[in-house]
Amino acid sequence: MRYSGFKVIKEALTGHKGWTPAWRDPAPQADYDIVIIGGGGHGLATAYYLAKQFGGKRIAVLEKGWIGGGNVGRNTTIIRSNYLLDGNEPFYEFSLKLWEGLEQDFNFNAMISQRGILNLIHTDAQRDAFIRRGNAMMLNGADAELLSVAQIRARYPFMNFDNARFPIKGGLAQHRGGTVRHDAVAWGYARGADARGVDIIQNCEVTGFRIENGICKGVETSRGFIGASKVGCAVAGSSGRLMAKAGMRLPIESHVLQAFVSEGLKPVMPGVVTFGAGHFYCSQSDKGGLVFGGDIDGYNSYAQRGNLPVVEDVVESGMALFPMLGRVRLLRMWGGIMDMSMDGSPIIDRTHIGGLYFNGGWCYGGFKATPASGWCFAHLLARDEPHPVATAYRFDRFEKGRMIDEKGMGAQPNLH
Amino acid sequence: MIINHPLLGPRDAQEFTYLGDASLIDRPDWQAPDAARTFYEYHYLRDNPAGEHRELWFHEQGDRSWLVVTRNTLTHEITKVELAREVARTRGRSA
Repeated sequence: MRYSGFKVIKEALTGHKGWTPAWRDPAPQADYDIVIIGGGGHGLATAYYLAKQFGGKRIAVLEKGWIGGGNVGRNTTIIRSNYLLDGNEPFYEFSLKLWEGLEQDFNFNAMISQRGILNLIHTDAQRDAFIRRGNAMMLNGADAELLSVAQIRARYPFMNFDNARFPIKGGLAQHRGGTVRHDAVAWGYARGADARGVDIIQNCEVTGFRIENGICKGVETSRGFIGASKVGCAVAGSSGRLMAKAGMRLPIESHVLQAFVSEGLKPVMPGVVTFGAGHFYCSQSDKGGLVFGGDIDGYNSYAQRGNLPVVEDVVESGMALFPMLGRVRLLRMWGGIMDMSMDGSPIIDRTHIGGLYFNGGWCYGGFKATPASGWCFAHLLARDEPHPVATAYRFDRFEKGRMIDEKGMGAQPNLH
Repeated sequence: MIINHPLLGPRDAQEFTYLGDASLIDRPDWQAPDAARTFYEYHYLRDNPAGEHRELWFHEQGDRSWLVVTRNTLTHEITKVELAREVARTRGRSA
């Protein structure tokens, strides 16, 4: 079933009786060509592009709970490609280009809104760094514009420009950045994959791998053994736990990241703003809530809830930037578990186990990468070679000293 | 979170800085023939358990001691706090 304006009007006039479920609920088959573990954004995007772009045949997505119920359901929905390093910028720009055509591609309204992202500058050194980053972005075909204080004042008059510690001295804008309805991303990909024959199997937890002579033959699940020629893992914050079942240790620690949403307000924030000095970011959702977040809690956690010190830290940063925030009530806060990799960059690679592939370590930047991550992981699964824009995301980069350390924090996952 | 410091008593976790897995005490021998491999594993690979986890916390805004804290990563419950110095000594890492 294709969605269209005509279809909506027709259904409105006939009592909405013609809508059908957007995806099936199939029972797992005995074996598949490719099994993808994880029914989040990345797993579903991988299945979608495998089926659509790479001619995959018998594909299943296994999800422990319900699709889109993990990290893709609890992020701050920002898309952007404002990276500096060669290993990253082409990948994220590829992702942003896919976002731009996504709704037409999978015929689903993901509410993609290119409202722009603005990284604020507070010091002269930061201006130099952002000019360099903007140039790196433009060299890779992305858009970037250095804004003056006057230009920012016109758009965000309510910010605290003359803060004694962190005066706003300008900003680096990417006008093509913005926000997306995160649930719709999972649903759109699920619907598109299902329509192309992918089995999306929910409530099916992977409990182990069947590995014989160094080759992965399939996965043990709560619904029985499922054989597969290739198994791809895309389970976000659970990567460490899942890959331990295959006997692997990863260059990853799991940490909790909190995010926050305020009560609904009338439109006040035109775009996404990030506070470079204190690590705070904020945008306004289509429902009116201010959505914001800051640093991770900074210690290993699977608790899916944070602690108060980080709440205070984030809100202090917010108040330093937007004094008006003090009058706004906080509606809710939530915590998701992030794969914090040792250099802050992701991994899309084969493992040393034959037929077992890994996609993870997205730190807290996985959402904006969803389309490119799915595309590149599908490319790897289908052709056994990395996609040109993801060649740097290999396991061996740590051993070989080719880390993609965007923040320059070294092997300190809690600082990325 | 409250960390029960063995010398100073209960302190707020905000006074501390987190380093990571307590296995970082076990620095490999740099002269061993397989040092490149063991340092890669020591430096980058993690067990990353869901449940009990021994980890290093630095009392940066206190007595600047290093602690080994045993904490449950699913519940944030802290069951044991030791001086990292003592832990290192029992493993023969320190005088």
